[in-house]
Amino acid sequence: MNEQNANGITPLPDEQWDLVIRPRGRWFDLHLADVWRYRDLVYMFVRRDFVSKYKQTILGPAWFIIQPLLTTIVFAVVFGNIANLSTDQLPKMLFYLSGNVLWMYFSAVLVATSNTFVGNAHLFGKVYFPRLAVPVSLAISHLLTFGLQFLFFLGFWAFYSLRGAAIQMTAAVLLFPALVVIMAGLALGCGILFSALTTKYRDLRFLLEFGVRLAMYATPVIFPLSSITGGRLRLVLLANPMTPIIEVFRLGFLGQGTLHWGWLAYSSGFALLSLALGVVIFNRVERTFMDTV
Amino acid sequence: MSVVIQIDGVSKQYRLGEISTGSLHHDMNRWWHRVRGKEDPYLTVTGENIRTRKREAKAETLKRENAEISAFQHSSLSEFCSDYVWALKDITFEVREGEVLGIIGRNGAGKSTLLKILSRVTAPTLGEIRVKGRIASLLEVGTGFHQDLTGRENIYLNGAVLGMTRQEITRKLDEIVAFSGCELYVDTPVKRYSSGMVVRLGFAVAAHLEPEILIVDEVLAVGDFAFQAKCIGKMSEVASQGRTVLFVSHNLAAVQNLCQTGIWLDNGGVAHAKDAIAKVIAAYEHSGRTGSGAISFSAGQHRVQSPLQIETLELLGHDRHSTINFKYGEPIRVRFYLASSESMSQVKIGFAIRTNGLRVTTFYSPLFNVEAGNCKIVEAEIPGGVFLPGMYELDIGASPAADNQSLDYIPSAATFFVSDVGLDRNWVYNRRVSGFVQLPVIWNG
Repeated sequence: MNEQNANGITPLPDEQWDLVIRPRGRWFDLHLADVWRYRDLVYMFVRRDFVSKYKQTILGPAWFIIQPLLTTIVFAVVFGNIANLSTDQLPKMLFYLSGNVLWMYFSAVLVATSNTFVGNAHLFGKVYFPRLAVPVSLAISHLLTFGLQFLFFLGFWAFYSLRGAAIQMTAAVLLFPALVVIMAGLALGCGILFSALTTKYRDLRFLLEFGVRLAMYATPVIFPLSSITGGRLRLVLLANPMTPIIEVFRLGFLGQGTLHWGWLAYSSGFALLSLALGVVIFNRVERTFMDTV
Repeated sequence: MSVVIQIDGVSKQYRLGEISTGSLHHDMNRWWHRVRGKEDPYLTVTGENIRTRKREAKAETLKRENAEISAFQHSSLSEFCSDYVWALKDITFEVREGEVLGIIGRNGAGKSTLLKILSRVTAPTLGEIRVKGRIASLLEVGTGFHQDLTGRENIYLNGAVLGMTRQEITRKLDEIVAFSGCELYVDTPVKRYSSGMVVRLGFAVAAHLEPEILIVDEVLAVGDFAFQAKCIGKMSEVASQGRTVLFVSHNLAAVQNLCQTGIWLDNGGVAHAKDAIAKVIAAYEHSGRTGSGAISFSAGQHRVQSPLQIETLELLGHDRHSTINFKYGEPIRVRFYLASSESMSQVKIGFAIRTNGLRVTTFYSPLFNVEAGNCKIVEAEIPGGVFLPGMYELDIGASPAADNQSLDYIPSAATFFVSDVGLDRNWVYNRRVSGFVQLPVIWNG
């Protein structure tokens, strides 16, 4: 055991060391415990992202609400009034706002995390910490934004229900926490998968940025799933793991939508798979990305 | 004492040039070799990290070297052999608990690459490093500072990035703020800070880390003299507590004061194995002091623009040959070539000699006149034996008779070395004589 190797060094077994640095780690050496140990760093990153976002702006945190509000108004005018797309007899503002708030979370996290390595190259080049802390904190800080926007949505919801609009909460609303978890998992999983792939070949980043914008049209954000009854478009919509989430959310809060356990299981499976695959590949890349970024 | 770091045959390969479709081709090739269970074809490339050599020339020599051992190598070697370089090649040494190790070497010797691998910023290409204890690396101060956040918020952020917990930072917050001397500004965004304040705040956070192993890279290069002294003080404090320190610096005096052992890296390899620091520094100082003593200055180097400019500076040895390497006891001649677009009267030139960031002395010429368009040569001779062995830097300048303005100023205009090899039998350097200069003294009694 304790023989000298060719370099004249007597290596002790790995257990005697706190850290062994090797060219390539094992595939499943994921340092997840490290992320937990650095949870204060995740907290600080969340705080930084959330607090610094609208510093030195006059409206400040109001921007978190203005963005979805304006987008929703535009959607209501363009898609609701001009294009006259169906909203399942739901009030236009509520219909678009619900889809928008969910989709904005997903796309914002996806785009932000996919830039993890390139955007933090300076930081990563100087100090070690589990790199996964960055995408995780992004998913959490956007969750805070989402929370604010969700409260805003509830305000609208209360306003409309007081005016006697045809909306009703259904039992599916109980699934809301699960929906948020699946959505966050999906966004984070896909995001880190992309981030690992974009370090060397940045083409993917461009693809992702406009791909996400286009993907909104393959998600029931501006139209209900029920309005697409057949054909390839429905298949595309069903293949999209965000579709069940938006549909169930609308069903729960507004009373119109589709709950299909199989589809929901598909979304959860997709989220788990992308997370698992993403974390593995992310850990491979983080070891040497400084040489290629 | 037990070994806390084992660096075992560590090598690091970098790819030269840009990453483009060519790298995709290499990746596929590498992947294809791995699938078939063969070795990475690009690892057999034997490019040494000599950056001064031209790339084409290097490709040529590599081709020649590889021709001899090409039997077991990939057939298309010639097309990529110039694209890879070994920043580190087969580094092996051990560090014991409580050791303060200095790593020295020229720019590009691989020091920073080694520190990067040790601090897990990047992974080695070959070899293994085994570590016992918590490592904190200071490759930079103030890593992760966010411009829009206040000083206090940044202390938390930076501390967390360096691996401290929130409770730990809260406990040390007052100390950190006091150490940085930024009490007044702690609730102001960092972007309003002066650059010196940012550095002080960053160092204050780092100084309150309590790792078992501390890795420090050139942080001393920033900040003013007082700040550098503070850094050195803090590091020797860490060292005296029996913790292990790895220290990379160009400041040989700081290395010598702080470290017990040293290692000298050159071109990615170990040029001098781990040894007592004095021996390693002596070997380093003896090596490769080449360079001409004649230095011409570009427009950007002149800090002051005026009709009168110092065009060239030349250092001459006792045989009037231009050199920057002087023996102990050898007179040092400093020759200035001046050019002026206007005639000027009553001007003077001067030069200051610096070592380890400290200005040792300054010399002024008598007043003289220059004519427009003529080149004027002025020479000063420093008698042999004044400067003790070491490395010295020259700041040069020109000014009118009254000192209220400057006509030209070039800091760090030249560097020269005085070796401990004596000029002749009359000059034998006695190691007990230490410091920078030797002055005549009369003993009575």
